[in-house]
Amino acid sequence: MYKIMKKEILNPSVVLMDVYAPDIAKTCKAGQFIVLRIDEVGERIPLTIADFFPEEGLVRIVTQTVGYTSRKLMNMEQGDSFLDFIGPLGQESEIENYGTVLCVCGGLGIAPMYPIARELKKAGNKVITVVGARNKELLIWEDVLKEVSNEIYVTTDDGSYGRKGLVTDVSKEILEREKIDHAWAIGPVIMMKFTALLTKEYNVPTIVSMNPIMVDGTGMCGACRLEVDGKTKFACVDGPEFDGHKVNWDLSMRRMNIYKAKEEIALEKAIKGGF
Amino acid sequence: MALNLNRVDMPNRDPDARNKDFIEVAEGYNVDMAAEEASRCLNCKKPLCRSGCPVNIDIPRFINQVTKKDYDAAYYTLKEFSLLPAVCGRVCPQEHQCEGACILNPKGAAIGIGRLERYVADKFRESGKEEVLQKAPDTGKKVAVLGGGPAGLACAYDLAKLGHSVTIYEALHTLGGVLMYGIPEFRLPKNIVNKEIENIEKLGVKIELNSVAGRVNTVEKLMKEDGFDAVFIGTGAGLPYFLNIPGENLNEVYSANEFLTRVNLMKAYKFPEYDTPVFVGEKVAVVGAGNVAMDAARTAKRLGAKDVYIVYRRSKDEVPARLEELEHAEEEGVKLQLLTSPIEVIGDENGHVTALRCVSYELGEPDEGGRRKPVEIPNSEFDMPMDMVVMAIGQGPNPLLLETTKGLELNKRGNIVADDDGKTSIEGVFAGGDIVTGAATVILAMGAGKKTAQSIHDYLNNK
Repeated sequence: MYKIMKKEILNPSVVLMDVYAPDIAKTCKAGQFIVLRIDEVGERIPLTIADFFPEEGLVRIVTQTVGYTSRKLMNMEQGDSFLDFIGPLGQESEIENYGTVLCVCGGLGIAPMYPIARELKKAGNKVITVVGARNKELLIWEDVLKEVSNEIYVTTDDGSYGRKGLVTDVSKEILEREKIDHAWAIGPVIMMKFTALLTKEYNVPTIVSMNPIMVDGTGMCGACRLEVDGKTKFACVDGPEFDGHKVNWDLSMRRMNIYKAKEEIALEKAIKGGF
Repeated sequence: MALNLNRVDMPNRDPDARNKDFIEVAEGYNVDMAAEEASRCLNCKKPLCRSGCPVNIDIPRFINQVTKKDYDAAYYTLKEFSLLPAVCGRVCPQEHQCEGACILNPKGAAIGIGRLERYVADKFRESGKEEVLQKAPDTGKKVAVLGGGPAGLACAYDLAKLGHSVTIYEALHTLGGVLMYGIPEFRLPKNIVNKEIENIEKLGVKIELNSVAGRVNTVEKLMKEDGFDAVFIGTGAGLPYFLNIPGENLNEVYSANEFLTRVNLMKAYKFPEYDTPVFVGEKVAVVGAGNVAMDAARTAKRLGAKDVYIVYRRSKDEVPARLEELEHAEEEGVKLQLLTSPIEVIGDENGHVTALRCVSYELGEPDEGGRRKPVEIPNSEFDMPMDMVVMAIGQGPNPLLLETTKGLELNKRGNIVADDDGKTSIEGVFAGGDIVTGAATVILAMGAGKKTAQSIHDYLNNK
């Protein structure tokens, strides 16, 4: 059992949890992920690690209510435990001193961006962060990211905070303005796709972090297949980070919808279950 | 006594009833059937059956004990050699092993050794008797077993009996490996697997679940920091192969591993009571004809698929699955599309599977192994309308441990190089099962685990 030592509501649909998993906290690196299962009937879901505290034995995860399991997870409280918590999985981010790095993140991608930006800054990079949210209420961790960024820009779709518009608008200005050596984009697939399309115009190598449907997360099932440079890859063992200029985005977006119909049945169950 | 050449059939549930649920298909012998089948054994002086068994079970002895109705003794005979008799009685390819070697086999009347093994193991389990486990005095030596599938379990069981302190590290949330995630409930009920695995814990083996070999615990850390005297790697063949044909990443194309894992390990057949969903089409093609393919096809049928096809590029004679699995699949309405190989999965604009494009084959000259080679017939392309495709064409070695183990020699397929005793290129590190041989069977993995346990024991004694 893996105990939730801390729960913090970051906004109405996003929650942070620090989970006691000392072996993982000691060995994990930025860019890697864990798989968890809430209870005996639960599904295995992957979550990119948002932070880790080796001394306290804690692994930080941040989740958003999108479907049944994430609602169930949102309902768990400090002191509750997950039945299973497995990691660290996937390859770590390739951190080095690239020069100036553009870190573009949005939605739930903000959380896993944080440890990567932190390590990039530590490695001597100038870190320029662009954070996007639908509106002010949904924006999380601006302050946290600020600490590890030389510059930070916030955009909201509705203009309720920061610049009105998309992360790609501000990113374009930055790419026009100064030489960017490397970029990271983490967030919804559509956001990563358009960021990668943009940086390609400027020939800036761009890493994206994929979060497809998974089962075991250890290479055993192949549910997380994607195409990179025309070749099939498994996000769990080959990724989750890939060259954003080579990902087949439309395929990845389609594969997110495999269980759309089942999700409705599960949501009915969630409503009956009162969450 | 005259030779009795009438094999006693094992009763199975009605195909039309069983292909709608996940309750076990085979019903097993009753006491009279077991007695009659056991009485046919000739008790050969040089038992060929034993040499056909990968774990060398003293088959004539346990069968003789059945004829004497000394079922407990028969059970303990089995347990001398095998940790999992109820499992092996159900899933071993006996026709190629013990029964294939039986002196009566050429007459088509091999003793039903697997059925008797199953009978004896089930009878003991159902009696509720507490199993007496014997264990040598503590040796003070520590062994880490990476992977809790058939190879690792067999190795851990024997090492623990020999008095060593053993810890199993398993990546999934349950022990058993393919017995839990791969082989379906209707062929191998999970409560039976769990019951047989329980003995491992009773022997004092420590079990670390959710522990991915090579990540939290690297081989180097286990030996240098955690004080293990030896490591056994039994991480199996856990990376599904695909055909690398166009359309293979369409939404309703599954690896057999994924389809079966969702259904067996995650219990998607009980969705929404269990949270994990699975898709099942109306027309399902399963590519491949091994045991895994049969499991996937029969599972799809049970989940409501109307038409299920096994698509295989050779003929029925070459089907690699156990004979019983093929027969059961056909009885349950699975159709065979033989001498056929897919070249593309066709989908619509939303990424949904609509057809499997195939070419026809004919059998040509025999290859080195004596099997007639399938040869493509020119211009034979045709489409089979499908809305789901399952790829069951085998698995490669799981890379997670291998990429973090420095100095471990691998062959060109990525499997660990180990000698007959399971010794790898690193001192004190042993390996066995699918990670060495490539995907094979439960019993071969158990045989390797067992044999390697003896070799680890010798190594520790001489250290």
